[in-house]
Amino acid sequence: MADLTSTFVGIKSPNPFWLASAPPTDKEYNVRRAFEAGWGGVVWKTLGSEGPPVVNVNGPRYGAIFGADRRLLGLNNIELITDRPLQTNLREIKAVKRDYPDRAVVVSLMVPCEEDAWKAILPVVEETGADGVELNFGCPHGMAERGMGSAVGQVPEYIEMVTRWCKQNTRMPVIVKLTPNITDIRKPAEAAKRGGADAVSLINTINSITSVDLDAMSPEPMIDGKGTHGGYCGPAVKPIAMNMVAEIARNAETADVPISGIGGITTWRDAAEFMALGAGNVQVCTAAMTYGFKVVQEMISGLSQWMDEKGYESTADFVGKATPNVTDWQYLNLNHVTKAVINQDDCIKCGRCYAACEDTSHQAILMSEDRVFTVDDSECVACNLCVNVCPVENCITMKTLEKGEVDERTGEKVGDYSNWTEHPNNPAVVAAE
Amino acid sequence: MPNSQFTPGIASGRLSDTELKENFADLHAPLEAHEALVAADRCYFCHDAPCMTACPSSIDIPLFIRQIATGTPEAAAQTIFDQNILGGMCARVCPTETLCEEVCVRETAEGKPVEIGRLQRYATDTVMESGKHPYTRADATGKKVAVVGAGPAGLSAAHRLAMKGHDVTVYDARKKAGGLNEFGIAAYKSVDSFAEREVEWLLKIGGITLETGKALGKDFTLASLQDEFDAVFLGMGLGGVNALRAEGEDKSGVADAVDFISELRQSNDLSSLSVGRNVVVIGGGMTAVDAAVQSKLLGAQNVTIAYRRDKGAMGASQYEQELATAKGVRILYNAAPKKVIGNGAVEGVEFEYTTTEGGKLKGTGETVTLEADQVFKAIGQTLSGAPEELAMDGGKIAVSEVGATSVTGIWAGGDCASGGDDLTVTAVAEGRDAAEDIHSYLMGGA
Ligand SMILES: Cc1cc2nc3c(=O)[nH]c(=O)nc-3n(C[C@H](O)[C@H](O)[C@H](O)COP(=O)(O)OP(=O)(O)OC[C@H]3O[C@@H](n4cnc5c(N)ncnc54)[C@H](O)[C@@H]3O)c2cc1C
Ligand SMILES: Cc1cc2nc3c(=O)[nH]c(=O)nc-3n(C[C@H](O)[C@H](O)[C@H](O)COP(=O)(O)O)c2cc1C
Ligand code: SF4
Repeated sequence: MADLTSTFVGIKSPNPFWLASAPPTDKEYNVRRAFEAGWGGVVWKTLGSEGPPVVNVNGPRYGAIFGADRRLLGLNNIELITDRPLQTNLREIKAVKRDYPDRAVVVSLMVPCEEDAWKAILPVVEETGADGVELNFGCPHGMAERGMGSAVGQVPEYIEMVTRWCKQNTRMPVIVKLTPNITDIRKPAEAAKRGGADAVSLINTINSITSVDLDAMSPEPMIDGKGTHGGYCGPAVKPIAMNMVAEIARNAETADVPISGIGGITTWRDAAEFMALGAGNVQVCTAAMTYGFKVVQEMISGLSQWMDEKGYESTADFVGKATPNVTDWQYLNLNHVTKAVINQDDCIKCGRCYAACEDTSHQAILMSEDRVFTVDDSECVACNLCVNVCPVENCITMKTLEKGEVDERTGEKVGDYSNWTEHPNNPAVVAAE
Repeated sequence: MPNSQFTPGIASGRLSDTELKENFADLHAPLEAHEALVAADRCYFCHDAPCMTACPSSIDIPLFIRQIATGTPEAAAQTIFDQNILGGMCARVCPTETLCEEVCVRETAEGKPVEIGRLQRYATDTVMESGKHPYTRADATGKKVAVVGAGPAGLSAAHRLAMKGHDVTVYDARKKAGGLNEFGIAAYKSVDSFAEREVEWLLKIGGITLETGKALGKDFTLASLQDEFDAVFLGMGLGGVNALRAEGEDKSGVADAVDFISELRQSNDLSSLSVGRNVVVIGGGMTAVDAAVQSKLLGAQNVTIAYRRDKGAMGASQYEQELATAKGVRILYNAAPKKVIGNGAVEGVEFEYTTTEGGKLKGTGETVTLEADQVFKAIGQTLSGAPEELAMDGGKIAVSEVGATSVTGIWAGGDCASGGDDLTVTAVAEGRDAAEDIHSYLMGGA
C-alpha cells in the first residue's frame, strides 16, 4: 500500500489532507472529530490579537451556487476570523496537539500590520506546541476594511515586511497564505519568499456576489436588506486556484517555495491534481463543510489506490510532476492534430454536440435523418467543445493523427513539432529574418 | 420441441431453449460504467446514513458510492468487503426494497432511491472479475476452528477467522459449498454460476479447508469437534421443512418448493426439467415466490401462489409480489389449504377462504378448488439436527448478540441461530460477528 505520510516544511502528518483555516477548525470539538475521521492536519481558524474578539454578523453568512440536483458548486461567506477569545483558542490548541502528536496543527494568524502585534502573538502560539503558523493575508471581506487580511496580501511590500517580522520572532515554520484577489499571483509569492517564508498556501477566497434578491434588490447573503461581497470557494474556484499554484510552481523565482494547495478540493483526484502541479500538500474547507469530516476517507482511499496503480510509493514521487508540462501558449505544438470521434455505441443521440458545433463552432458534426451524429474531419478543428458538452463520459474522444497522416481540413500532412515562435504568420519571426 | 405450455400433466421442454435462456437471464442487468456514474451521482453522502443503519451488515454505503463516483470502484469494493465478504451475492439477492433502498432519503424525496444494490454489484464485480482477492492472512495463531455449514454464515465466519490467522476447516453435508446461495436463491438472481465463483474467490484467502459431503450428526459429533478444534461455529441453516397438515399431502406431484428450486439450480439443462401445466404454490414467503416464478419461467401455463393471510401479511415484499405478478403468476390471498385432491397423482387443491378477526385467522366456510398437476409447499423451513447440548430459542439455537451459544467454545449464526431475519446478508453479518468474538476468545481478549 502506498505511503501517504507527508512532510510539509518539516511538519509531519499521516496524510497530505489538512483542513484549511475556517469554521471546521474553529474549535477543539471540531478538530478532535476531524482527527478521528482521519484528517492529517488542520490549520486552526485564524486568531486575532489579544483583547475583545471580532464580532460576526448573525447571518445569513453564506450564499451558494448550485449545479444540477442542487449540488453545491460554489460557496460564498462573510465570516470574519475567529470570534472566540484568544486564550480559549490557545488552550484548546494545546490540548489537541498534546492528544494528537502525529497530526499537523498549524495556527493561522491575522493581527494588525505592526511588528509589536506579531511579536506579541507568536510566542503564545509557540507555547501551545503547534507545528507552525500560517499568515492570513487573504481574507477579502471585513478584515480587509481594517487594514488586515487581503489588504496586506495585495501589497507585496507588506507581505515581505510582515513575513520577515515573523521569521525573526519565531522558530516555527511560517506559511504565507495568499489572496487570489490580485492580478499576478507571482508577485505576492515572490514577496513572501523575500521575507523568508517557509511556504505559501493558496488560495484564500475570491471576492464575489453569489446572487441578488430581485424582490429586495439586495445582494445575497442579505443582512437586513443589505449585502456585501463575500469570499468565494468550493469546486467552482478549483481551476482558478490550480492556475495560481502552477504559476508559482513554474516561476523561476518561486519554484523552490513549497506550496500548500487550497481551493475547491473535494475528491482524491482534485488533491492529486493540485499536488501534480506542485503543491506539497492540500487544504480543504468547503468539501468538509458540504459533506462532513468523513469525506476525507474517500480522499485517502482514492489517493492511495491511484498511487498503487501508478507505482508511486510516496507523495513526493508525484508532487510537481505536471509542473514542467505547464508552459506558455507560444510553446504548444501547432502540428499536433486531433479529430473528434463519436462512439456510436455510447451515443444517446441528444444532439448537444451538434448544436454546439453547428451553432457556435466549426460546423463539423453531421446529423442524419435518423439522428446519427458523425464528425466531418474536413471541418473539425478539434476544439473539444463537443466532448465538453456531451453528457456521456468518453462517448466523444479525440483521436491524434500520426505524423505523416493527412489532416483532411488543411489537406496537409502532420509534421514535426513546431510552435508559434517559429510560425511564418508570427510577425516576430518575420521581423527576425 | 415436443411439449408446450398446454401439454397436460408434468412435462419437460415446454419452452424453446431460446425462451428458457431469456427467461433465466439476469433479473437486473449489471450497470455499465456510465450508468454507474449517473446512479452514484444521486447519492447525497448523508450523515449517519439511514441506508447504512438499515443494512444488516452495516456497509458504509455513502462512502462506497462516493468511491464509485470518484472513479475508484476497487476502493468501493474494499469498503463493502470489509463489512460483508459476500457483498457480491448480497448485491444480487438482498431485498433492498425493504432494507437500504427503502430508507434512502431520495426514496423519501422522489420515490426513487439510489440504486444501492446495483451499485454494490458494480463495485464488487469490478474486483471479483479481476480475480484479485484483496485480503491477506495475519500471522498464524496456531488455533484451529471448525465451521459447520458452508452457507453464507459459515463462509463469512471462515473468511474472517482465516484472515485473523486461524486455521479453519469448513464441513458441509452437501457435495458442494455455498448453502442456499448455491441451492436456494432464484436462478435469475445469481446467473453464470456466480455462487460457485464467489466461493472460489473467497477461499483464495487461504487457510480454509473445505470438507464437503461431511455432516454433523452423521460423520462427526459436536463433541468430536470440540476435542479436535479450539472453537466451533455452527452455520447449518434450516434443513427441515414444515408439513402442510392438509389431507392428501402425500399424493404424487406434491413436493417441497426448496427441493424443486435446488434441482433447478443444479440443472445444466433447463429443458430437461419437468414442471406442471397447472402449478399451485402454497406459502407466502420468498421461497413461494421463487418457486412460482421459476415454474412460470420454465413454461407452466398457470401458476398460482395461495397464501392463507392477506397481502400485507405476506412475507415476500411488495416488490417480490409485483415481480411474481409481472411474470404472470397469480396470487390468491386469504386461501388456506384444506385437502389435496387426486387419485394417486394430484389433480387439484381445495382451499377455504379466510378472514382475520381480532387478530385471529378464521375460515369463512366458503371453499374453492384450484386445478393442479403440481403442488409446491413453501410454508417455511425448520432447523433439523441441532446438537442436543445446545439451548434452543423458538426452534433455533439460542445465541447472544455475538453468536455465542449456551456452551462455551461454540458459536452459531445464520438461519439456524435465534435473532435476525432469515436473509443472506444477516447470515453474513452474524458469521462475521461470531468470528470476531471467537477471535477475541481464542486470543484471550475480552
Ligand atoms: C428458496 C429460497 C430463496 C431465498 N432467497 C433469498 C433472497 O433472495 N435473498 C435473501 O437475502 N435471502 C434469501 N433466502 C434466505 C437465505 O438463503 C438464507 O437466509 C441464507 O442462505 C442463510 O444462510 P446460512 O448460512 O445460515 O444457511 P444455509 O445457506 O442454509 O447454509 C447452511 C449449510 O449448512 C449445511 N448443513 C446443514 N446441516 C448440516 C450438517 N448437519 N452438517 C454439515 N453441514 C450441514 C447445508 O448443506 C448448507 O450448505 C432464500 C431462502 C430460500 C430457501
Ligand atoms: C466560512 C469560511 C471562513 C473562512 N475563514 C478563514 C479564515 O479565518 N482564515 C483563512 O485563512 N481562511 C479562511 N477561509 C478560507 C479557507 O481556508 C480556504 O482558503 C477557502 O475556503 C478555499 O478552499 P475550499 O474551496 O476548500 O473551501 C474561510 C472560508 C470559509 C468558507
Ligand atoms: S448550519 Fe443551520 S442550524 Fe447550524 S448554525 Fe447554521 S443556520 Fe443554524
